[in-house]
Amino acid sequence: MSKTKTIVQTYNLSIGYNQDGKALCLFDSLNITLSAGELVCFMGPNGIGKSSLIRTLAGLQRPLEGEIHISKEQAIALVLTDKITAVNMSVYDLISYGRYPYLSWNISLSKRDHALINEAITLVHIEDLINKRLYELSDGQLQMVMIAKALTQDTPVLFLDEPTAHLDLNNRVEIMNTLRELSRTAGKAILVVTHELDLALQTADRIWLATTDKKIKEGIPEDLVLDGSFDQVFQFKGFDLKTGKVHHKPYRNISVNLIGDGHEYLWTKNALERAGYGMEKNSSITIEVHATSNSPLWDLTSENKKTVFSSLAKLLNNLKSH
Amino acid sequence: MNRKKYWKKGLMLSFILALLFFADVLVGSVHIPINDLLSAGTGKSTTSSDILLQFRLPKAMTCVLAGGALATGGLLMQTLFRNPLAGPDVLGLSSGASLMVAILIFASQSNAGLSLLFFTSPWSIAIGASVGGGLVFILIIAIAQYIKDNTSLLIIGLMVSAVTSSLVSVLQFIGQAEDLQTFMIWTLGSVGSTNWNELKVLAAVVSIGITIAYFSSKSLNIWLLGENYAQGLGMNVPHSRFWIVVSTGLLTGAVTAFCGPITFVGLAVPHLVRLLVPTTNHKILIPAVICGGASLLLLCDLISQLPGNTQILPLNAVTSLIGAPIVIWMIIKSKTVRV
Repeated sequence: MSKTKTIVQTYNLSIGYNQDGKALCLFDSLNITLSAGELVCFMGPNGIGKSSLIRTLAGLQRPLEGEIHISKEQAIALVLTDKITAVNMSVYDLISYGRYPYLSWNISLSKRDHALINEAITLVHIEDLINKRLYELSDGQLQMVMIAKALTQDTPVLFLDEPTAHLDLNNRVEIMNTLRELSRTAGKAILVVTHELDLALQTADRIWLATTDKKIKEGIPEDLVLDGSFDQVFQFKGFDLKTGKVHHKPYRNISVNLIGDGHEYLWTKNALERAGYGMEKNSSITIEVHATSNSPLWDLTSENKKTVFSSLAKLLNNLKSH
Repeated sequence: MNRKKYWKKGLMLSFILALLFFADVLVGSVHIPINDLLSAGTGKSTTSSDILLQFRLPKAMTCVLAGGALATGGLLMQTLFRNPLAGPDVLGLSSGASLMVAILIFASQSNAGLSLLFFTSPWSIAIGASVGGGLVFILIIAIAQYIKDNTSLLIIGLMVSAVTSSLVSVLQFIGQAEDLQTFMIWTLGSVGSTNWNELKVLAAVVSIGITIAYFSSKSLNIWLLGENYAQGLGMNVPHSRFWIVVSTGLLTGAVTAFCGPITFVGLAVPHLVRLLVPTTNHKILIPAVICGGASLLLLCDLISQLPGNTQILPLNAVTSLIGAPIVIWMIIKSKTVRV
């Protein structure tokens, strides 16, 4: 990649609100950057002020102190959490709003405007939606349309506030992949506020992590995982970030020796751990997973008696009697 | 995209409007043959031409102006507040006007001096209503500059209405019976009492209001996305809100001054028009609601005259009586109403 170009930079930026003459500071003296071609996920606990920072960076709200340098005017397009109530609007009309900052009161779209709208439609792959109205769309589709609207604004920077909230896994992955693709192909600087830890760790180039001392820690996801920053901020309860798994207590005080490999092994281990069994090599109970051409089979050997099971449910049911 | 379809619907609306306009001029308690309508244009003064030129034509034109103005005001308020129940009177202007007119009517009776001062001029009611509406208007504009969000503005408008309405009730309670009747008749709305001079003033103010509204098409469109997106798209929010409130104020104020507080048209017409012309683009919606509002008020006026009868029904009774079933029918037909 060529030399990265910084587009947004803050100098000792403090943000928050003035309440009854007193400043309520959410973030203090931030010096953060956002560069062209990178996808940055902005993470942190609820209520810490992520949306307020985005609003401040986008110029919707005044900073308490400090400066924000943006490489050009009207550089930021937004996708917010605000609900669009005008559901009678057509998808094409909504996307065309992206051109409004460049139009006169007469709102006549030029050929170039239409071209940019169609380009955005192609980029987020929503060609089949353009003749629909908003009330016909699913939440995920609407989010894609909002992203297309933001792209139509033709800005070097894109801010998205929780674009994947309330969406199913498939839609979440699709949206994050689309954003990643846009940062690569269109060279946009993209900042996404998200609570989807797993997705952020896998797609973000960098993470902005809001810490409890009103600062933001910047870094690539893996560094922040390994140096324990995430654990500090989120105070995980029963989730081990380094293995990416929920921690289970082996409450049954029974251990099994699990033999096998591949997906079958991992999912069997998952099921056993969730059911409260420990893993130990020299346990008297042995479970062997056999991958077959159809579904796998499980051999349970205990007290020199061997039983074959065709499903994990049956296996777990039998184990309970031990 | 659907420009052609919209043109067709626009032509249809204008045709209905023209048809209703001629019907409104022709139909009345006195039968006037079509021949007389033509001869009235030649300038010969006959009874028929007097009725046509001095009464029916101004009345029909008042219907067009008032209907168009109220419908536009309603559309503006529904868009600004993103609330399907908003109408042109949510800012409290008509209530302010009502209060002033009530004061005028009730005070004049108990004070002969005041009576002479005001009722020597046929403009007194109009001026009173304008002053009342204008005061509320200035209050609302001042508040709009001070507060940040639209919902607060909406609630304050409703509160101002509540205060002025209760003051009006107090006046009605202590007022005399004849005054009460005069006032009641004013509140029922009327399009039949405007003369050509008043019509000129009404036309001028309504034109200014509609021009401001039309030039605000772009920001009205943006308002549909809400305040945050509006800012994000680089719109000057307070500036735009100011002009939308000014436009609605002029439109509602002028109509209330000359015709009394005509209800329902402003609330219902935007919904009816959106069902007919399914767009959210105000560049198309504004001309459409003007046609729609004018048509609905002409229709209501036609019905209120009870063709072939000398009795005239109060306008406000007819607007709701005719309008409500139409709205209910259209909503049931299309299952839902969206702003």
